[in-house]
Amino acid sequence: MTVESYREQFRDALLKMNQEAARELLMQTAEVLTPVQRLESLIIPALIDIGDQWGCGNAALSQLYMSGRICETLIDELIPILEVRRRDLPRTAVVVLGDFHVLGKRIVCSLLRSSGVDILDYGTAEVDETLTRIQEDGVKILLVSTLMLHSALKVIELRTKRDAAGLDFKIVVGGAPFRMDEMLWHEIGADAMGQSASDALGIIENLAKEME
Amino acid sequence: MKGDTLTPLERFLAVVSHKEPDRVPLFLFPTLHGARELDMTLTDYFTRGENIVEGQLKLREKYQHDCLTGFFYAAAEVEAWGGEVLRRDDGPFNSGRPIIRDPEQILDLSPPIVDNARCLQESIKATAGLAAECGKDVPILGVAISPFSLPVMQMGFGSYLELMHDRPALFEALMAINEEFCVDWANAQLEAGATAIVYFDPVSSTTIIPRDLYLTTGLEVARRTIPRIQGPTGTHFASGHCLSIIPDIISTGTGVIGVSAEEDLSDIKTACDGKLTIVGNLNGVEMRRWTEQDAEHAVKTAIAKAGRGGGFILADNHGEIPWHVSEETLLAISSAVDQWGRYPLDWIDADA
Repeated sequence: MTVESYREQFRDALLKMNQEAARELLMQTAEVLTPVQRLESLIIPALIDIGDQWGCGNAALSQLYMSGRICETLIDELIPILEVRRRDLPRTAVVVLGDFHVLGKRIVCSLLRSSGVDILDYGTAEVDETLTRIQEDGVKILLVSTLMLHSALKVIELRTKRDAAGLDFKIVVGGAPFRMDEMLWHEIGADAMGQSASDALGIIENLAKEME
Repeated sequence: MKGDTLTPLERFLAVVSHKEPDRVPLFLFPTLHGARELDMTLTDYFTRGENIVEGQLKLREKYQHDCLTGFFYAAAEVEAWGGEVLRRDDGPFNSGRPIIRDPEQILDLSPPIVDNARCLQESIKATAGLAAECGKDVPILGVAISPFSLPVMQMGFGSYLELMHDRPALFEALMAINEEFCVDWANAQLEAGATAIVYFDPVSSTTIIPRDLYLTTGLEVARRTIPRIQGPTGTHFASGHCLSIIPDIISTGTGVIGVSAEEDLSDIKTACDGKLTIVGNLNGVEMRRWTEQDAEHAVKTAIAKAGRGGGFILADNHGEIPWHVSEETLLAISSAVDQWGRYPLDWIDADA
């Protein structure tokens, strides 16, 4: 069986939210793929594919969320931590501004951690607290996950205070308000916008290149 | 509106019978904007049913829309279960920490008694007040979160998805409890004078769960719950997609669906096949920056796609106009409906 065929089967198992089938498939490939290959050729592309499918309405949020959760579990079980290539990227954090709708943030964390990105999870926080933590942690990229419009509009305050304080970090936004209004991220002054959690890795890598 | 020959209630009854009334009904849901009319903060506004009555009546006088509601905020339902509400003055209130922090707690859960929950009783008071003022002429809408969608506030979204997947027996137990509450709450609003109940069910949308899962979960819950609600219902997906499950939705016995701005109204109208009335689908997020021309264009587009033959009510796609949408924009929407919503909609052919 080819890697492509394994990948499709793995993705289909995730879409069916079938952890056992996904585990079995990963174990089958142990003879032909190294742990890193399993991560980079099966797990990450499958998650990105599902995220893209959700972005264009062909998969549901529950499938994206459960896929991330299943992959985190399987990576913990089957892929030795030292084998996972840690990506050399600018310090990145994720936050939900003043809102308790955190599902999107959890999905972003799952996808990025499964992809070998060390991401700081600030949970739900207000703007001032977020800025303090960014300074303390030396964060260069902040992902802001949103569901509610008022939470999305808080990015204006975040950006204004960032600029006033002369802080040097990029703001990446994502979530329902930005999909419903594709002009919104420009209007509020974000540096980039992701249509889906699966866009996050590419955006971080692009911003990292710009920062070099 | 000038030129109206029917009352809003007559207009509503005509469109849900898939007949063309005098004009396309406009169901604005400016649930927050009443606070501005009363020059109050949102926190103060949502303390008394009397405020909602006064705010809703002022809003209808201003925008000439075709419905009223005693709805407070969605988190009031979870507040009735002992949950925390996070109040704010720049947008809708949210639920706070989940009341179910361990799935095993479901086994000890019992539904609140509607009569004993002050937050719900204020909404009942608002519904009764609105019904007394103009219930004979204007549809009064009650709102009940579906038993299937309420757990997002009861236990958090991620934990709820995991419950559905990992603990089917506890999921069913929670549905049984929530169904009792939903039916009691919906029927209490009908008893207070609501004309119909909006069965708010975003988790059933295919944006949130795949159809296969819906068929064995949200659909079954709706089929058990909706027939027990003793009045007409409409199912709202809060801007989630529903096109591919419309035949399933029809089977629940609901009469109306609230649809997403991300789905094409022509496709929705075809799929509804005269069996469901469509409510939608103006984009509430974009609405915040609409010009008068943008509003007119959006209204015309929606009416052109779904207005003919009745079975269509113009509204936003989420079930609540965002706080940041201006009075000028809402007036522009109302004016465009007055101009372009008159039946017969002959201008559609001329524009084509």
